[in-house]
Amino acid sequence: MKHRLQFTAKKLVRMALLLLGVSLTAFLLMDASPLDPLRTNIGQAALGTMSPEQVARLEDYWGVNTPAAERYLGWLSSALRGDLGVSLLYRQPVLTVIGQRLAVSVWLLVFAWALSGALGLALGVLAGSRRGRWPDRLIRGTCLILYSTPSFWLALVLLMIFSVWLRVLPIGLSVPIGGTADSVTLLERLHHAVLPALTLSVAGLPGVALHTREKTADVMDSDYVLFSRARGERGILRRHVVPNVLLPAMTLQFASVGEIIGSSVLVEQVFSYPGLGQAAVSAGLGGDMPLLLGITVITAALVFGGNLTADLLYGVLDPRIRRGAAKG
Amino acid sequence: MKNRRKSTLLLLILAALLLCTVVLSGAALARQAVETDFTRKNLAPCVPFLFGTDWMGRDMLARTLAGLSLSIRVGALTACVSAAIALALGTASAALGGWVDSLVSWLIDLVMGIPHILLILLVSLACGRGLWGVTAGVALTHWPSLARLVRAEVLQLRQAPWLQAARRLGTPPERLARNHLLPHLLPQLLTGLILQFPHAILHEASVTFLGFGLPPDQPAIGVILEESMGYLAAGRWWLALLPGLSLAAAVLLFALIGERLRLLLSPATAQE
Amino acid sequence: MEPILSVEHLSVSFTRYRRGLSRAELSAIRDLSLTVEPGQVAAVAGESGSGKSLLAHAILHILPRNAKAGGSILYDGAPLTPDRAAALRGREISLIPQGITYLDPLLTVGAQLRRGRTDPDTRSRCRKVLERYGLGAETEGLYPFQLSGGMARRVLIAAAVLDSPRLIVADEPTPGLDVKSARRVLGHFRELAEQGAGVLFITHDLKLALSVADKLVVLREGRTVDELPAADFRRGQGLTHPYTRALWQAMPEHRLW
Repeated sequence: MKHRLQFTAKKLVRMALLLLGVSLTAFLLMDASPLDPLRTNIGQAALGTMSPEQVARLEDYWGVNTPAAERYLGWLSSALRGDLGVSLLYRQPVLTVIGQRLAVSVWLLVFAWALSGALGLALGVLAGSRRGRWPDRLIRGTCLILYSTPSFWLALVLLMIFSVWLRVLPIGLSVPIGGTADSVTLLERLHHAVLPALTLSVAGLPGVALHTREKTADVMDSDYVLFSRARGERGILRRHVVPNVLLPAMTLQFASVGEIIGSSVLVEQVFSYPGLGQAAVSAGLGGDMPLLLGITVITAALVFGGNLTADLLYGVLDPRIRRGAAKG
Repeated sequence: MKNRRKSTLLLLILAALLLCTVVLSGAALARQAVETDFTRKNLAPCVPFLFGTDWMGRDMLARTLAGLSLSIRVGALTACVSAAIALALGTASAALGGWVDSLVSWLIDLVMGIPHILLILLVSLACGRGLWGVTAGVALTHWPSLARLVRAEVLQLRQAPWLQAARRLGTPPERLARNHLLPHLLPQLLTGLILQFPHAILHEASVTFLGFGLPPDQPAIGVILEESMGYLAAGRWWLALLPGLSLAAAVLLFALIGERLRLLLSPATAQE
Repeated sequence: MEPILSVEHLSVSFTRYRRGLSRAELSAIRDLSLTVEPGQVAAVAGESGSGKSLLAHAILHILPRNAKAGGSILYDGAPLTPDRAAALRGREISLIPQGITYLDPLLTVGAQLRRGRTDPDTRSRCRKVLERYGLGAETEGLYPFQLSGGMARRVLIAAAVLDSPRLIVADEPTPGLDVKSARRVLGHFRELAEQGAGVLFITHDLKLALSVADKLVVLREGRTVDELPAADFRRGQGLTHPYTRALWQAMPEHRLW
């Protein structure tokens, strides 16, 4: 138990250092940007008509004149107190914006994550255990094609088929124009989330399936599966193959949090789905540094959290670590 | 059983030919790709314009080919740069050990911690978007997995008896690296490089699509697809469908080659 | 006595790539014949790379997918077809594999021995067979990584004899064991043979093979070179084949000086 706690504490410290690194990297990259937030947001023409005082006030608002080191340290000290600053575009605290956006995105992410994980695992095991035969060829071929398909293009094609051609699903916007967020029913929300969720799941599927297939093939070739066959065992797939594939597959699944968030940026953009990914794009295009920094740090925290979960689960599920730790 | 080496070689030759055709025709069609002609706007795919035309009468086939050639060039450049970074950091990490190793593995974790799209977006912003922004972004995001592979490979090679023997015989380190390490690393590195290609092309297109990559006046696939979004509801399916399909086909070709090479080089599957 | 197992002109080959693009058939076993009688320990000795493990896998019909087998294998007087082998595996024919990697790392020893069955009869048989090899009841709850090398071998032997097989194929079951443990393992083989089973003992260690075997089969480059009573070899009598004679002379105790 003590061993496990030590392990967790060490991982947490490393995670904190990594988050610090992520925030500094993101800050430096944004600071290096030659794009002037004033010009991108207010426009050259509008700037020309303003008085110097107005321009100075705006420059203050967008933080143009403060030295970089001072701004970063200022950001860091308030971030440590739980304040990520104020979004320049939305004029609301960054945490509030992220909270709202994440609440919209989270169902999409969780659904796609779970569906692509479960389906990918099943297809991967099926292909790996029938290696070289038609289920394997079919699954592997389909996965390679899906893997090569840009997720945003897939989103466009699905939109064309279901919204334009068949007219069964809406084109975009999870809130109808003119309505407020509260006025939409759950059903409407679901209706708007179908295509994004589907696209996101399909985008995540080939990675999981192909990886699981490789793992399954390795396990099928292992000495212990050979020995089980030599002993005339039945249900080898269920008893030996699946458990041994499940462990690495689970690690991969928790480590893939970043990928699914990455795909959601694109998919949300195509479907005008007002989630975290879309906010990241708006913040990037509009030079909203506090919001982009906040989104980067929060998603990195989610990714590291996923990795930590995988490490801890491994310790619980793998007897080599569970018993090994108990002995030491 | 099929001879996998022969079919892989065939695939490689086919891909190289196609690659040359696309890159050359793309470069040759650079003018047609941006040429507007309002007498022939919004044509669905037909005989002279196989991919149709857009609202400015631009030939979509020319635009697609030019876009693909741009994508492939950016992909090749970024894959090479990220492979170089991976080789440098991976070998440094394995050969020097100690704090260098810790630093590199920390950097790898750092880069893996930020979703790729987000990191490319940030790097591209730092470079002021455009061609260099997206190239730097993709190159700086894709090295970690390959660096890990190189590190593991070098660590394993260092333990190899023949290398130990060469070292005992007093072979100078740079000769050791050139004559013994590099030949063993090269196949792995090449496969890694080719496997990076699909990722690189897809990410370039994605980031350009989002508006952080190549500028709108370039006939990039990302730009073409972004523009097509406005005409979806109008039923102009060819604007999005065909260029995207071509991109997917090009990426699939590279993914297939990478997969084949990986199978041939991996000892577990080399003889199948 | 009627042999329980007879292997006739067995061959196993793989398709391999040569340098460049061409492929060639690579024969691991070319022409292998041998017989095992009930109550007999037949040792198959040959240098590494002479296709010994493949012999074991061929008998059980668990060869790798890309292998091609020829010749014939008779069990109890009738051809051992894939279906028949599948029906007999783990009932009448048992494999004792090389080492610990043949145990599933995620399952306890008990669960693996019982093959998923939980009825009281299987449980008691499992406990008895472990006891027979000096393994306590606590062994059942251990995972493979917690076993020592010697314990792992005994668990593998226990797994093989759980079903009271009539033919046991032991594939290099002794490497990595000290001399004392190795002798104990061989003692178990002798004991199994005395109870009426045929034992095929595959090894590269000629000296060890001679200490337990009734019959010696000499293998070289995938061919049976010689099949002779082990006692003859021990005495150095009737060694007609030059390779066998060379083997005998190469043993330290038979050197002339």
